[in-house]
Amino acid sequence: MGAIITLGILGIVVLYLGLFKAKNALIPVTLLGLVVTLGFLVGEWNSEAFPLFHGMVIFDRLALSFSVLCVVITGFIILLSKEYFKHVSTYLSEYFSLIIFSLMGALLVNAYHNFAMLFIGIEVMSVALYILVGIRKTDLASNEAALKYFLMGAFSTGFLLFGITLLYGASGTFDLGELQAYVQTSSEISPLFYGGVLLLLCALCFKVGAAPFHFWTPDVYDGAPILITSYMSTVVKVASFVGFLRLFSMVLVPLHDFWTPVLLTIIIITLFVGNITALLQASFKRMMAYSSISHAGYMLFAIVSIGVTSASGMLVYATAYSLASVVAFGALIIVKRSTGSENFESFNGLAKREPMLALVLTIAMLSLAGIPLTAGFMGKFMMFNNVMGTYNITLLILAVINAAIGVYYYLHVVVNMYFRKPEEEVAEQHIPASYKFVLVVAAASTLIIGVYPDSILSFFF
Amino acid sequence: MENIVTQIQGVPLNHYIIFCSIMFAIGVTGVLIRRNVIIIMMSIELMLNAVNLLLAAFSAYRGDPAGQVFVFFIMALAAAEVAVGLAIIIMVYRNTKSVDVESLSKLRW
Repeated sequence: MGAIITLGILGIVVLYLGLFKAKNALIPVTLLGLVVTLGFLVGEWNSEAFPLFHGMVIFDRLALSFSVLCVVITGFIILLSKEYFKHVSTYLSEYFSLIIFSLMGALLVNAYHNFAMLFIGIEVMSVALYILVGIRKTDLASNEAALKYFLMGAFSTGFLLFGITLLYGASGTFDLGELQAYVQTSSEISPLFYGGVLLLLCALCFKVGAAPFHFWTPDVYDGAPILITSYMSTVVKVASFVGFLRLFSMVLVPLHDFWTPVLLTIIIITLFVGNITALLQASFKRMMAYSSISHAGYMLFAIVSIGVTSASGMLVYATAYSLASVVAFGALIIVKRSTGSENFESFNGLAKREPMLALVLTIAMLSLAGIPLTAGFMGKFMMFNNVMGTYNITLLILAVINAAIGVYYYLHVVVNMYFRKPEEEVAEQHIPASYKFVLVVAAASTLIIGVYPDSILSFFF
Repeated sequence: MENIVTQIQGVPLNHYIIFCSIMFAIGVTGVLIRRNVIIIMMSIELMLNAVNLLLAAFSAYRGDPAGQVFVFFIMALAAAEVAVGLAIIIMVYRNTKSVDVESLSKLRW
C-alpha cells in the first residue's frame, strides 16, 4: 500500500521540482522514489495478503510480483530518458511526473479487488499517457497518435463501464470476492452477466491491443516518442494483462465454457494479424508495434488455459518481453540519432560501428523470437506448456507456425546488422553511460532468466 | 430520497436496460461513423451517460448505494478525460486548422 502512496507523493514532488527549476535533481529524485516504492513492495512480500480499504485493493503475490516488474522497467525507461527528452520537449518535469502517475495507475490495476479500482487505475494510467503520447506539440505524427489514442481509449472505457454495470446489475456488487461467490453459488446466472463478461472482454482486448481491437496500436506506437512507445508496450501492456488475469482467474473460471471459444478466436486472429503484418513493415518501430500485437496473443494463452501455473508463466513471459523491448527501443534511439531513420536499413553495418550495441540487440531479438537460452524461449515454453496441459492441439500448432514467422522478421534486423554494409558512412555516435548500463543489465538478465528460469520463479512463487 | 427511489422503481427495470442499451448503441455508432472529433467526443459522453443512468437504476432497484457512488467516480474521471481530450483537440487544431479525423492521415489508420 505504501507503494501507491509513495508514487502519488513522488509525482507531486517532481512537479514542484520543475516549478523551482531544479532540472538536475529530477532524475535522482525520481529514481530514489522508485527505489522507495520497490522497498515497500518487497517489504510486503511475506505479510499475509488481505483486501485493504474495505476490499478496494489487495497486494497478494500476483500484484506484488508484477508491480516489481513494472517499477523496474519504469526505472530503466527513466534512466534512458536522461539524454532523450532534451531533444523532444522542454517540459521535463511534467514528463517525469506523468510517467510516475501512469505507473501509479498501473500498480492500481495490478492490485485491484473492486471494479472501482480497476476503472480508476485504467483511467489514471491512460489519461497520463494521452498527454505523454502527444508531448511533441508541433509534430503532426505525435498529435495524430495522441488523438487516436485518446479516442480509442475513451471508447474502450465506455465498453469497460457498460460491462461492469451489467455485472453489477446481475450480481449487485463490484467486489471481486463477492462476485466470485455469486458465480460459484448462484443456481442460475443472469443473462446480463454474460453480456457484461463479453463487453469486459472487448474492453480489455482494446487495452492490451489484441486483434480485432488492435487497429489503434501501430499508429499510436509509431507516432509516439520512442521511449513513450517502450513504456506503453511494456508497463501498460503488462498491467492490463494482470487486470485481465485477475478478473478471469478469480471470478470467471466457472464460466470457462462460455468465454473460451471467444478468447480462442481472438487469440488466433491476433497471432496471424500481428505476425503477417509485421512481416510487411519497412520501419523497425512499426515492426515492433505489430510484434507487440502478436506477443499479446501469446500472453493470452495464459488466460485461455487458466490454472495455477498461469500467473508464473505470464510473469516469465512479461519479464522477457519487457526486457527485450526496452533493449530494442533503447538501441533504436541510438541508431536513429546517428542515421536519422527508423527503417531496417539504418541498422546496416551496426556490428562494425558498435559491436556491443549489436550484440545486446541480437540477444533482445533472439529473446523476442523465442530462441533457446534466452528468456523469451522460457516464456514461450511455459505458455505452450500450459496450452498442452489443456490439450488444445490446434491452438498449439497455429502458435508454433506463428512463432516460426516471427523468427523471420526478428532476424531481419540481426542480418542487417552483421551482414549488410551501410550505403553511406555513418558518424560515430557516443553512447551515454546510462544507456550502456540499462542495455547491458537488461540483456544480461534476459540470458540469466533464459538459462536459470528458476532464478525468477523460485523467488516469486 | 425515498420518494426518488420509488419513482425510479415506477418504471420496470427492463425498460431501463433496453433504453440504456439503445443509448449506448447510438453512442457507439456515432463514434464509428462520424468524422468530426467534437461529435465523436459527444458520442463517447453519450455512452458514459447511458452507463450512469443504468447504474443509478440498478442501484435504486437493489437498494444498494454502491452503484450511485460509482456514478460519481465515472463523472469525475470522465471530466478529467474530457479536459485532456479537449486539450489534445486544440493542439491538433493549431497544427492542422481542422477538427476532422480525416485531416490526420500521416500515419496509416
